[in-house]
Amino acid sequence: MKAATFERGTHPEESKELTAGKPVLLAKPPQRAIIPLIQHIGAPCKAAVNVGDEVKKGQIIGEAQGFVSTPVHASISGKIIAAGNFPHVSGRDMPALVIENDGRDEWVSGLKENNDYLSLTAEEIRNIVKNAGIVGMGGATFPTHVKLSPPEEKPINAVILNGAECEPYLTSDHSLMLERPEDVIEGLRIIMKSMGVSKGYIGIEENKPDAIQKISQAVSGTQDIEVFALETKYPQGAEKMLIKAILNREVPSGGLPMDVGVVVQNVGTAVAIYDAVRYGRPLIERVVTVTGRGIREPRNLLVRIGTPILQLIEECGGFSNGIGRVVAGGPMMGIAQTSLDTPVIKGTSGILVLREDEVEDVDYGSCIRCGRCVDACPMGLQPSILSVLAERGHYKDMRGYNLMDCFECGTCAYLCPARRPIVQWIKLAKFILAKK
Amino acid sequence: MEASDKKLIVAISPHIKDEETTARIMWTVSLALLPAFLMSAYYFGPRALMVTAVSVISCVVFEAMTQMILKRKVTVSDGSAFLTGLLLGLNLPSSLPLYQPVIGSMVAIVITKHLFGGLGYNIFNPALIGRTLMIVTWPKAMTTWHKPVASITSLDAVTTATPLGILKEEGMSKLVEVFGDKSDLYVSLFIGDRAGSLGETSVIALLLGAAFLFYRGYITWHIPFSFIATVVALTWIFGGKDALFTGDPILHFLSGGLVLGAFFMATDYVTCPTVRKAQIIFGIGCGALTALIRLKGGYPEGVMFAILIMNCFAPLLDRRFKTRTFGAKEQKQ
Repeated sequence: MKAATFERGTHPEESKELTAGKPVLLAKPPQRAIIPLIQHIGAPCKAAVNVGDEVKKGQIIGEAQGFVSTPVHASISGKIIAAGNFPHVSGRDMPALVIENDGRDEWVSGLKENNDYLSLTAEEIRNIVKNAGIVGMGGATFPTHVKLSPPEEKPINAVILNGAECEPYLTSDHSLMLERPEDVIEGLRIIMKSMGVSKGYIGIEENKPDAIQKISQAVSGTQDIEVFALETKYPQGAEKMLIKAILNREVPSGGLPMDVGVVVQNVGTAVAIYDAVRYGRPLIERVVTVTGRGIREPRNLLVRIGTPILQLIEECGGFSNGIGRVVAGGPMMGIAQTSLDTPVIKGTSGILVLREDEVEDVDYGSCIRCGRCVDACPMGLQPSILSVLAERGHYKDMRGYNLMDCFECGTCAYLCPARRPIVQWIKLAKFILAKK
Repeated sequence: MEASDKKLIVAISPHIKDEETTARIMWTVSLALLPAFLMSAYYFGPRALMVTAVSVISCVVFEAMTQMILKRKVTVSDGSAFLTGLLLGLNLPSSLPLYQPVIGSMVAIVITKHLFGGLGYNIFNPALIGRTLMIVTWPKAMTTWHKPVASITSLDAVTTATPLGILKEEGMSKLVEVFGDKSDLYVSLFIGDRAGSLGETSVIALLLGAAFLFYRGYITWHIPFSFIATVVALTWIFGGKDALFTGDPILHFLSGGLVLGAFFMATDYVTCPTVRKAQIIFGIGCGALTALIRLKGGYPEGVMFAILIMNCFAPLLDRRFKTRTFGAKEQKQ
């Protein structure tokens, strides 16, 4: 059978062999955890503890403010030693609380295990998910309970679990699917239960045959969940592309997956949901791929939220050959870091270290209209024209070329032979137009 | 945290790049023209080498000079001026005085390319504009063709008409007579043993280079296929002396600059549309104009004018045949 996919896209070099198939090792809990109060899209949290307070693992230390917001928890037990602005993956300093580890690693009391989790109501599931601080773990960090609460006029009839992991280098979702296939599937069933949906799908790129096999085994004999092998192609893991590949539905321009009756969740999110609903555990740790040719021993690590990047790099043998660029996330959409003190947050799927000689620093040239970006843009845009308009500062005219449909996957800039910063210009144009 | 004060290189994503660059594309296309160039040297002797060398060197020198005078960054290493010079040279007869390609190169690079804004901003294919000016200025020298000498050292030159010229003036029967019989005619045209511009005569050498460009993904079928198919169809339908469908499409495919033009000139990124659907219309337009000029025009050959005329329409075609945005309204879902 031909693997499902979408039109266009590209095939960046995968570089996943650095960590693919490697077991998930436990990272050391940090001596000091820096826990940002902003780890999701939406309203920031308000600190729920003061400097000097003793906290336990799993205790809420930042309270959600409003519906599109989700609490943050202590990831280690210890004492709050500082509150203030600290480095954040976004590149700016953000409010955070710092916990000094007391080494006891004690859970907060009152976490309830529930073996009968599939009999919970949709409302109960949403509440547990919200209180556990779960957000989209593929990197978008949208609060999960909001996605699980679609408006009544948008009936949902399918849930898709995103196991595509199309970003080069990253293997955190891959390793989760290998090590916890049943939990991934149970997480999906919980999501389906909460949405009142009887049909679930999970899409995995063909470059992870072992994961496809494990997950298929975990659903064998059941009818409610279907596994899809997807063509290995970037950006296969983008929601709209995934829905197109699996269900052949096209999310309308400017719309959301729920407009075509679909909810998409990442496999990591599904496992976090399972842990919360089954064991009562809030989201205080996640799998992070620490990788790149700038790292001595690339690994998949289970990392406490708030662990500084530098500690993870040291756990992986340190820098191998001069530091070039340190990226939080994958190479296509991740954010280059200005500080190694920045902590891992809920959306940090990987830490990628590129060597100095891998980081290209060349001038861009003029557009030769080769059309590579046009052929590859998953949204069917004409990035070459957008780039010329942006270069001349004609940001308003860019709207006429559907600027706002761009979801910034970076395929155009990756492919451009003239090295034009196309997606960077698009981001700038959106920013400038939003300000006006 | 002793390492945290080390300098990190920060930039916006994506953090990796495809290996393809403008320079690599230009040099690879130049490489794809190597078989045609070698065949031109084989058939037309040292003159072929000199004409091509003068074109290439003048284009590169004019590019560097113009960029220096305009205080732009000198980018001759990207290979685009080299490629323009190579294409211009391969589009010239072997016998013309060597100052003429210098003027042609000047028009191509200085006027057609840099005065329009430089690489990427020119509307017309520079090599073709250079050649057009040369045809208008030196009509005699530009249409004095030589028989292939089939010896790289020979300096003998016997003038003759091109196959399309013979067809136009004296008809198909004369053309067959000149080459022996019909199959000899086709074979001569296919391997390049005939009069014509340096790089256009050897169809097999051009197809070899084109296959390489397809393999590398630098060109797609859209323009060359629609271009050639249109010429073949129209010359078959309207090319006969008396009745419809009695023309010789194979002759038209193999002769003149059709293969060179369809694979190497009409596909010039800068001057053709970027949207695939628009490229098909562009190719059909090139083909229809070529057939029209060949069959009804005053020139035996029409590829050059056809491409230049269609260059004007490239931006319009791109605008008319916009790609469909994912999730746009007209979709059924």
